[in-house]
Amino acid sequence: MSQTILDLDDVSVSFDGFYALTDLSFSLRPGELRSIIGPNGAGKTTFLDVITGKVRPTKGDVMLRGRSIVGLSEQKISRLGVGRKFQTPRVFENLTVQRNLELTASPKKNPLSLLTESLNDTVKDEVFKIMEYVGLAPYAKWQAGSLSHGQKQWLAISMLVAQSPDIILLDEPVAGLTDEETSKTADLIKSLAGEHTVVVIEHDMEFIRDLGAPVTVLHQGQKLTEGTLDEVKADPRVIEVYLGESDDH
Amino acid sequence: MKLFKRLIPWILLAFAFFILPAMADSELFGFSQFRLNLFGRYFSLAFVALGIDLIWGYTGLLSLGQGIFFSLGGYAIAMHLLLVTKNDFTTGANGLPKFFENYGVDQLPFFWEPFWSFPVSIFAIFIVPSVVAGLVGYLIFRNRIKGVYFSIITQASLMVFYHFFNGQQKLVNGTNGLKTSTTEIFGLVAGSDEAQVLFYRITLILLPFAFLLCKYLTSGRFGDSLIAIRDDEPRLRFSGFNPTPFKVIVFVVAGALAGVSGALYTVQSGIVSPQFMSISMSIEMVIWVAVGGRGTLVGPILGAVVVNYLRSLVSEALPEAWLFVQGALFIFVVVLMPDGIYGWFTKGGFRTMLAAFGLAKKSATYPKIDLDESAQSESASA
Repeated sequence: MSQTILDLDDVSVSFDGFYALTDLSFSLRPGELRSIIGPNGAGKTTFLDVITGKVRPTKGDVMLRGRSIVGLSEQKISRLGVGRKFQTPRVFENLTVQRNLELTASPKKNPLSLLTESLNDTVKDEVFKIMEYVGLAPYAKWQAGSLSHGQKQWLAISMLVAQSPDIILLDEPVAGLTDEETSKTADLIKSLAGEHTVVVIEHDMEFIRDLGAPVTVLHQGQKLTEGTLDEVKADPRVIEVYLGESDDH
Repeated sequence: MKLFKRLIPWILLAFAFFILPAMADSELFGFSQFRLNLFGRYFSLAFVALGIDLIWGYTGLLSLGQGIFFSLGGYAIAMHLLLVTKNDFTTGANGLPKFFENYGVDQLPFFWEPFWSFPVSIFAIFIVPSVVAGLVGYLIFRNRIKGVYFSIITQASLMVFYHFFNGQQKLVNGTNGLKTSTTEIFGLVAGSDEAQVLFYRITLILLPFAFLLCKYLTSGRFGDSLIAIRDDEPRLRFSGFNPTPFKVIVFVVAGALAGVSGALYTVQSGIVSPQFMSISMSIEMVIWVAVGGRGTLVGPILGAVVVNYLRSLVSEALPEAWLFVQGALFIFVVVLMPDGIYGWFTKGGFRTMLAAFGLAKKSATYPKIDLDESAQSESASA
């Protein structure tokens, strides 16, 4: 049995009787890159909510490196090495780009050390390298709120990279990006995999193909199938619930 | 020019510290001891405004209960003064503060005892409000209460304190409050001109320290975290931060500043009463910050002084009109100057206004790019 870093074991989440996830089991090996697709309402975002501690599973267990993380607060799970990018780019609009990154990159996150210690140079250099890489360096002193949508997406992803969690969860990282930006994001994500474990949720099939990673299909809170993109696409059940829908358009 | 800009506040402070008392002394330009005392009160209100700016302007939590901490500071100093003063106006036949006679109290309530000591009382001015703020804040923030619910809870707490102090004649003279104007401090009668000038100067000496404390808290990475809490608190949690201690710390500091404010205000107005805990008073404090400019540190000081000075002027001319003027002022600021007076100036509001009247050139791009030198050099190099 190969070692896993994250395991969901028979997880169900119900909101007042409505099941967003039903008996979902899922596991990730360290360094793996995994794409998750599924029609709207399939439970993709709830899946991330369960892992990051925003939503408590009604049933089942979530284990990080073999230890249950159910019931831990969001910040504790984050400190254990799980980072998340939200569907909409959520950045701190009234801080500059650089300070957005420095805040999330900060290794110490308690009030006292933030008040008394300055950020060490290694982290600062790291932040600059990331800004250079994603092309945000000229905007370092700009308030994040004045960036364009695409730049905010990049900043949101960069903040995750700066935080450097073991597991990176990306919810629609290329929504609203141009084709060029999308393929650049794919390159970035591929370069992250290996050192980090990366989960990508996307609707953009072109992008999923670019990633070339195993695909998990969610439907009505359950895992429908798993495999390469071509295998999944050929699966008649997937065509019925997901790709079939888009054929109608 | 930059140096001059930096010096302006210190020049104003020196002016207020040295020139105004001299002007009051010689009644120059119609300035009087009475006016000086009023200015002393306005400056003391700037402390509570600074605190509200920390908790509301920076951290995004609108507290409508700062009157609690303000009053606690006021009661702390008033209790001390009433205890240590021994004169016919203040002391009753049994040696206790006179008001106790009215209710037949012979035994000093236990919580008055520590206030015999001057150092203890000075500590109590900011420690007592801090502790109360810390407890209330911890319970509220740990349970992730925020937004309008936070405002409602702070206001409800305010009412609890108001009714308690209002109803306890035998403990704190109830609705009559504690009068400090006939007490004695440093060998002076607290209501005398000499003492008032002293209080005025103490206020002005302490104000820069309060300002620098707030500056220290807001300028570094701690300040960034506060702004991040205001902008998107859940996002900050997912980055591994626990916002609760940040919010408790800020609430405690705001409470301490309110306590100092209340003590300075009490000795300069001559009385502390439960009216300081009225709902309207705490809302007015918020209005000062909004008018001055929240999220800046000069703004709340400016707001506290300007709004209260305006209040005096309007009340003297048209005694009934002030509440209407205050309401209009608040609406005006919220609609037309969301960044307050100070924010309006610093964000080029004056220029925009001139441009609206055709008196200045309109900027062709975003004002930010047009005016920001670093942005221009970047676009040139790109």
